[in-house]
Amino acid sequence: MNEPIVNLATFAAMSPDAGLRAALQKSRADIIGEISASGIKGRGGAGFPVGVKWNLCAATRGTQKYVVCNADEGEPGTFKDRAILRAHANLVFEGMTIGAFAVGAREGILYLRAEYTYLRPELEAVLAKRRAAKFLGENVCGKQGFNFDIRIQLGAGAYVCGEETALIESLEGHRGEPRNRPPFPVDTGFLGRPTVVNNVETLAWVACILQKGGAWFKTTGTDKSTGLKILSISGDCARPGVYEFPFGVTVAKLLETVGAPDAKAVQIGGASGHCLPSSEFGRAIAYEDAATGGSIIVFGQQRDMLEVAANFLEFFVEESCGQCTPCRIGNARLREGVELLSEGRCSMRYLQELCALGETMQAASKCGLGQSSPNAFLSIVKHFKDEIMGRVSVASH
Amino acid sequence: MAENNRKLDDDTSRAPVSQRGHTVARVADTADIGALVSVNIDGQDVKVPMGTTILEAARRIGVRIPTLCWHEDLCIAGVCRVCVVEIEGQRTLQASCAYPITAPLKVKTHTRKVRQARRHIIDLMLSEHYGECYSCARNNNCQLQALAQEYGVDFFRFGHPAAPRHEMDLSSHSVLRDMNKCVLCRRCVRTCIDLQEVGVLEAVGRGDQTRIATFMDKPLKDVICINCGQCINRCPTGALRANDPTDEVWAAIDDPNKHVIIQTAPAPRAAIGECFDLEPGHALTFEMNTALRLCGFDKVFDTNFSADLTIIEEGTELILRLYKALVEQDKSVALPQFTSCSPGWVKYLEHFYPEYIPNVSSAKSPQQMFGAVIKTYYAKLSGIDPKDIVTVALMPCSAKKFECNRPEMCDSGFKDIDYGLTTRELAKMIREAGVDLPRMPKSDFDDPFGTATGSGVIFGATGGVMEAALRTVIEIVTGLKVENVFANADITPVRGFDGVRVVEIKVPQSGPVPAMFKHLVKDWKWLEGATLKVAIAHGTANAKKVMENIKSGGELAQCHFIEFMGCPGGCLGGGGQPIPTSPEIRAARARAIYSEDQAYAVRKSHENPAVLKLYKEFLTDGPCGHLSHKLLHTHYTPRGKYIA
Ligand SMILES: Cc1cc2nc3c(=O)[nH]c(=O)nc-3n(C[C@H](O)[C@H](O)[C@H](O)COP(=O)(O)O)c2cc1C
Ligand code: SF4
Repeated sequence: MNEPIVNLATFAAMSPDAGLRAALQKSRADIIGEISASGIKGRGGAGFPVGVKWNLCAATRGTQKYVVCNADEGEPGTFKDRAILRAHANLVFEGMTIGAFAVGAREGILYLRAEYTYLRPELEAVLAKRRAAKFLGENVCGKQGFNFDIRIQLGAGAYVCGEETALIESLEGHRGEPRNRPPFPVDTGFLGRPTVVNNVETLAWVACILQKGGAWFKTTGTDKSTGLKILSISGDCARPGVYEFPFGVTVAKLLETVGAPDAKAVQIGGASGHCLPSSEFGRAIAYEDAATGGSIIVFGQQRDMLEVAANFLEFFVEESCGQCTPCRIGNARLREGVELLSEGRCSMRYLQELCALGETMQAASKCGLGQSSPNAFLSIVKHFKDEIMGRVSVASH
Repeated sequence: MAENNRKLDDDTSRAPVSQRGHTVARVADTADIGALVSVNIDGQDVKVPMGTTILEAARRIGVRIPTLCWHEDLCIAGVCRVCVVEIEGQRTLQASCAYPITAPLKVKTHTRKVRQARRHIIDLMLSEHYGECYSCARNNNCQLQALAQEYGVDFFRFGHPAAPRHEMDLSSHSVLRDMNKCVLCRRCVRTCIDLQEVGVLEAVGRGDQTRIATFMDKPLKDVICINCGQCINRCPTGALRANDPTDEVWAAIDDPNKHVIIQTAPAPRAAIGECFDLEPGHALTFEMNTALRLCGFDKVFDTNFSADLTIIEEGTELILRLYKALVEQDKSVALPQFTSCSPGWVKYLEHFYPEYIPNVSSAKSPQQMFGAVIKTYYAKLSGIDPKDIVTVALMPCSAKKFECNRPEMCDSGFKDIDYGLTTRELAKMIREAGVDLPRMPKSDFDDPFGTATGSGVIFGATGGVMEAALRTVIEIVTGLKVENVFANADITPVRGFDGVRVVEIKVPQSGPVPAMFKHLVKDWKWLEGATLKVAIAHGTANAKKVMENIKSGGELAQCHFIEFMGCPGGCLGGGGQPIPTSPEIRAARARAIYSEDQAYAVRKSHENPAVLKLYKEFLTDGPCGHLSHKLLHTHYTPRGKYIA
């Protein structure tokens, strides 16, 4: 196999720490204003407007606040954060520093997924260099009174720890389980203090925005999804890799770029995302249309979609934190249902029951994991009816 | 007389934030604290204080939202999702127990979406819940069963397990675990780590492999479980239950060669009515005596007798410790002295603070004292061979089952107490005997231990042991009547439900030494003008606060005597009491107990004629004498908190 393609052209074109220098000349309100003007939304999956989040955190009282970079990248099929950290860690740390200045935090934490432990030495080296160059530490860049440093903490291998409140529990040394919200981390986060959690890519873009301006950022993308998006594309295609695309790009265009002219289906947004059939390849990658935190998985004609669904459900059965009923038991029942289907033992009525259960899981689960876990199953049942219905038990009971 | 009441509120919890304290949003602006916010629930408007949960707000206006993982005594988990509701403008449903209202909201509690979700959630729980209701200890008192009924579950939509997945843990004398019935509401986890701060139970594994486990899956008997049974009281299903000896008790009753004696502690009588559909707060002391005889017990004794005996022994021990420390300047004397009557507390101390074992009174608990006296003194008196006597103790407590099985509790030459029975188990026996308890005629306790005092009965509430001890100590030392010191002999500063209470009482004068204590001290001059400092803590989380304060040389290290109860509320909130429990239920039981106290003619332990007779006829070398040391005192086992 060839080396996977990595295209991070925009990040590569940035001048180091120009964004941070520009930020330190501004007031905190102006920084957040610039971020808001860019319209940037979180790149980790949930798509929450970054300006709003920072504003909420900046408005809280208290001197102990934290900026956390979410590098847990656990969604099946995403590897763009890893690529960014390898090639542009400086940009990410720069973004964290800008965030810290804007919200008034003194400590930053990079939460690195356990599988990326091998990245730690090079990341520590980057941090050391930044400290030496006064981009971290006391009076950052000579800005009197702005003290900020970053440390790295490793995860322990649970997908759910990418969910920001579970991540915070994990940071505190507890079992990684999502908390009840509200209160939100911006108000009651790490150690009960106001905390901003942002994705790796989000923070890298923040640095770019402060360097080039919010208006520049908005020149690409759609109205509701501004800017460029880094996507990791994998599966049945000729050129898997990490690509930069403007939001609004169609699925068809992605497939053309990666060399998958004959795809049967595309999973947008990883295991927790939706599965699109070829009839929907005209749809756009955007928060308002086909949303993704970065994962695009291509399925070729030979793929059994029921197996695809089984695979994703298997993932959730294991990765649910086990806290709440709909997700813990619901996923197990869905997986068994798929098994019944594949054995030709699932009645039409039970399939309907399972689809209704999926809706309950979407509505009633405690966190995003459970809420999105039935997506793949539901979209496969919806879009690949023939393939699924062929397996429904005729001896209906 | 100076009284002083102080509270401690330093945080000592080991629980994760998610399992600690009541999780309500911090109000953004401190000026908003106490401010009202309006919420519309199912079309009704109501104003509530900022931070009130949707569930609480709904209850105020009579809207019933079903719950399962929520419990009034516990921090909020929001995990079962049974209480989900729809909030206008929100994509997903929200758990009403965990959603604090900080801005005006429009809530709907029973839309189609909500009802379908609740039904699915119940169906999902049933698809994992193995066990038959008929054969369950919680049949008819199970929240899962009740939910299934309320939501009209008429078939197992997502199946029903055909075989158990987990082995039962039957290792403990006190608490049995059947994880096949567990619905993972985590009330037990929160009870253990947050309410009690013991931390035996935790969720392990992920996804569908999640389960509640002990450290390294060790049997409960081998971990730091203190047997308090608070987890049982808060388990919504039959996954946790007490180790039930009713079959053995019935067998003893049915055996014509056995003389079966039951002693009844104060707390069960104040609560057992709840098992017979009475409102909490009805004491059925004398009805229960009749019922016990109908069940076939040969004698019904009142644990209050040995509670009074405990006061004499424990009080004497305290006086001796104080004398050694204050008069003889003996630095090796361990002070403050700690009470020993709560076996949950005692095991907690053995695990977490073994270095303080010398501080615990060597006096046995009333239950165990009674056993030793029955199988010696009473056996001789009645001419019955002690090997033919079966002693049953009706207790509000699951830890008492462990206590009576401690190897050191055989000082009579036999097992001092054969079986510990909980309030719940006795209710079951009474029902099985076809006895309608609330309608029973009243009858008295049996002699020779029938006469008890009000001091014995208040042992059932937190602060009761302290009040009983103070009534006696004040009279013995000062020669004054307690009534002249505290109106009506009610020492109210030690009462109440504050977690830790500290009281200082000045000894205004000294009186003559009563005959019973003449061999121990010459006079009380050395106590004249002294300030007696005492403290009371209930629930081991509060006990921990006190112990940490003592360890760090805080103000409580200056105490002379501290009452500790393992369970919140004291015995009336014990792990063997009727289910459910809540602060209101415990307060009602406390009222019942204090009104019983008022009804007694004799309300001071040292005036109990049966106790005085025992010292005269049997324990002739007096309190803390040789024989009493052999029969009524014991020792403890340093266990440590690290498990091999
Ligand atoms: C189950 C689950 C897993 C998640 N995993 C990640 C992750 O690996 N990386 C990430 O950045 N965000 C992840 N998120 C989203 C985070 O909760 C959070 O929204 C995000 O870190 C916020 O950053 P952003 O606004 O910059 O995207 C996950 C969410 C859920 C529900
Ligand atoms: S939805 Fe799943 S992962 Fe999220 S809290 Fe519930 S059980 Fe845990």
